Amino acid sequence: MTDVTSQPPRPVDPPAAPARRSLLIEDPRTRRRNAAERRFRAYGVVAIALAMGALVFLLFTIFRDGTSAFFQTYARIPIAIEAQVVDPAGNRDPAEMQKVLTMGYGKLLDNSLAAYVEANGIEIEGLDDRDLSSFFSAQARADLRNAVLANPELVGTVIEAPVMTSSRIDGMFKGRVSRESAAIDAKTSVAQYDLAMAMQERGDLQTRFNWDFVTSTDSSDNRPEAAGLGVAILGSFYMMLIVLVLSLPIGVAASIYLEEFAPKNRLTDLIEVNISNLAAVPSIVFGILGLAVFINFAGLPRSAPIVGGLVLTLMTLPTIIISTRAALKAVPPSIRDAALGVGASRMQTMFHHVLPLAMPGILTGTIIGLAQALGETAPLLLIGMVAFVTTYPSAPPEGFLDPASALPVQVFNWTQRADPAFFERASGAIIVLLVFLLAMNLLAITLRRKFERRW
Amino acid sequence: MSPFWITIAILALAALGYLLGRSRSVRLAGGDTRALHSRPTYHGWHVALFTALPALVLLALARLLQAPGWLAPAALALGVAGLAVALSRTAPQFRARNVVEQVVRGILIVCSLIAIATTVAIVLSLVFESLRFFRMYPWQDFFFGTEWTPSFGGGSELGMLPLLWGTLYISLIALLVAVPVGLYAAIYMSEYATPRVRSVVKPAIEVLAGIPTIVYGLFALVTVGPLLRDWIAQPLGLGSSGSSVMTAGLVMGMMLIPFVSSLSDDIINAVPQSLRDGSLAMGSTHSETIRQVVLPAALPGIVGAVLLAASRAIGETMIVVLGAGAMARISPNPFEAMTTITVKIVGQLTGDNDFASPETLVAFALGLTLFVMTLGLNVLALYIVRKYREQYE
Repeated sequence: MTDVTSQPPRPVDPPAAPARRSLLIEDPRTRRRNAAERRFRAYGVVAIALAMGALVFLLFTIFRDGTSAFFQTYARIPIAIEAQVVDPAGNRDPAEMQKVLTMGYGKLLDNSLAAYVEANGIEIEGLDDRDLSSFFSAQARADLRNAVLANPELVGTVIEAPVMTSSRIDGMFKGRVSRESAAIDAKTSVAQYDLAMAMQERGDLQTRFNWDFVTSTDSSDNRPEAAGLGVAILGSFYMMLIVLVLSLPIGVAASIYLEEFAPKNRLTDLIEVNISNLAAVPSIVFGILGLAVFINFAGLPRSAPIVGGLVLTLMTLPTIIISTRAALKAVPPSIRDAALGVGASRMQTMFHHVLPLAMPGILTGTIIGLAQALGETAPLLLIGMVAFVTTYPSAPPEGFLDPASALPVQVFNWTQRADPAFFERASGAIIVLLVFLLAMNLLAITLRRKFERRW
Repeated sequence: MSPFWITIAILALAALGYLLGRSRSVRLAGGDTRALHSRPTYHGWHVALFTALPALVLLALARLLQAPGWLAPAALALGVAGLAVALSRTAPQFRARNVVEQVVRGILIVCSLIAIATTVAIVLSLVFESLRFFRMYPWQDFFFGTEWTPSFGGGSELGMLPLLWGTLYISLIALLVAVPVGLYAAIYMSEYATPRVRSVVKPAIEVLAGIPTIVYGLFALVTVGPLLRDWIAQPLGLGSSGSSVMTAGLVMGMMLIPFVSSLSDDIINAVPQSLRDGSLAMGSTHSETIRQVVLPAALPGIVGAVLLAASRAIGETMIVVLGAGAMARISPNPFEAMTTITVKIVGQLTGDNDFASPETLVAFALGLTLFVMTLGLNVLALYIVRKYREQYE
């Protein structure tokens, strides 16, 4: 037997020198963990900064590029309406004067400009006839012709009306065209640049606010300075009218049924699944639907606001239904119980009590749905809204069938043009679109703030 | 008379019917409305509905089936007949309210069926035109062809793969931008930000979702494209095109940030506070709690949000039309112009169409492909999100 116990017990490891730990001093591990914490927070801040920065950058570039579209350069020089050019027969008969085409009026403008250059003693090297004739917008001739035809008294007089300059001259005062770029641009020249500067010094060229951009119609490729948004705004307005008139009642009716009356069965489930899926179907698919059903099958005309309105209605319905159901759900059951308790039928409860209380929420949702529809572009491309339209659609109801454009489509249309001056117009159109959207959203927010009830 | 004015006439007739029905019920009751089963307004509505509904339905059918012109006046006549019948039925004991409520209920049901009708119409129009396309062009060549060279003169190659490649490549880049930014923004907003910061930042990020896609498209075309070309692609010799996969992807990623962030925000907020409290009580830092407890708990929902964003990216049109270019090619270089399914749908269907040629009809086959892809992603995403929501309820 071995006497184990006789051995003295070995002491446990002698306690190491006690670590100098203090709550006030971070150990390396804590420091690492705290650094990770700070890094993680920083990632969040960076992400938010990126998102906000992107938003600010986007809005900044749009406004930087687009504000100039609201301004336009006009020349104010004496224009002699020479009788032998515009009225060779001398009868002052508008019907006869119709025969003089816009080309003739272009000559008037050229002559007047040449006379102006001479009278003011402006001497510019290399200024030739081409520089003079491309100084004014092609639209200016047409405008002058219309003015003279409307008022034959003007023939033989000298008038001094603002004349729209070409987009290159306009660009010189918006920083788009410089002396250097004018030298290599086929549509302008250094001489023309110098002439414009000389005229501006004399105060005969003015850049001023341009309402025509908002009101006038689109114009062809070679006169970007005359292109306006009138038809597009009218078309968008017609479509919004159709969307509002159709989608609000239909959406509210569908929501009331689904929220209050529908039994829980297969059919209801199917409708619910359909609505949530329709909300996520790509918008271009709705365009294909519009093309196949409304145009090819039902035979409605292309480019018409009614087709655009119907397509956008189908797209807006899910949004309206979802927000209406939320608004109906927010009305407390005590309202329903009280109405039913005094003997109202379920229909009466719904239409006399629940619906009026839910109305602010429903309207807010509707406005937001409309704002979405207003900015929608892709489906409208497929139903022919890209067409080049230079006449205003007539008043409703016939106007719903007239060809029209729409604001976002007009933007797309202008980006497809060759002349870079159209990009300024496109950005300007976006500013108009954003102003409308802002107004609608502010209206929605005000409605919500003012009428929303917390139960 | 145009359909519009007939509609107006019918509505005017219905209004007249309302007045007649109401006053007749009161008169029949001898001026004492207590003798009536239903209140006088219901008698009025009963007449109005019977006047307007059959007439308007007939008018709509006539318009839809392009029936002969005499059907429009016939609709008006039907309205008058409805008015007469309803008026003759009016009696003190007539249950006008029940009748009206039944009819209204029917109208409500019809309105809610429009959602199904829309889906059916989408599917039918896509499938029928696609079938016509596949009768002219073999489906194997469409789904597996690598050449896209449509020419209206005939002999087109209409292979979908280059378009699919462009679509997926752009969507991938967009998600690589949107998911980290959106997710970190959501985490910061729901876990760290003070209510004041949150009340400013959250609406500001949601503004990004309210901006129409055409605005992003123009931004890509005018600003981002040239910027990338001049500062990155050309110096590195990667390409000389302003429109590229990278341009469209970056801008689309920007557009998707709010989708990812607001959905993730909701989902992170739905994680019960007790989980966070437990983790913090064990001594973990805030970020450790988020990474190891909150995010795993929220993961299915976040995956759902990402899938929804992916479906948006695949179906997005205007950004790629303006930012990605129109060249159908398969290339790994993100600074080259490529094209997507949606761009080609727009390309083949704008302008004058010949609905008998495969070059036009191919757009419907592309649309069907797109619809099926996005529908699959949506259904999957909604399923995941719904399943996750139930977990903590």
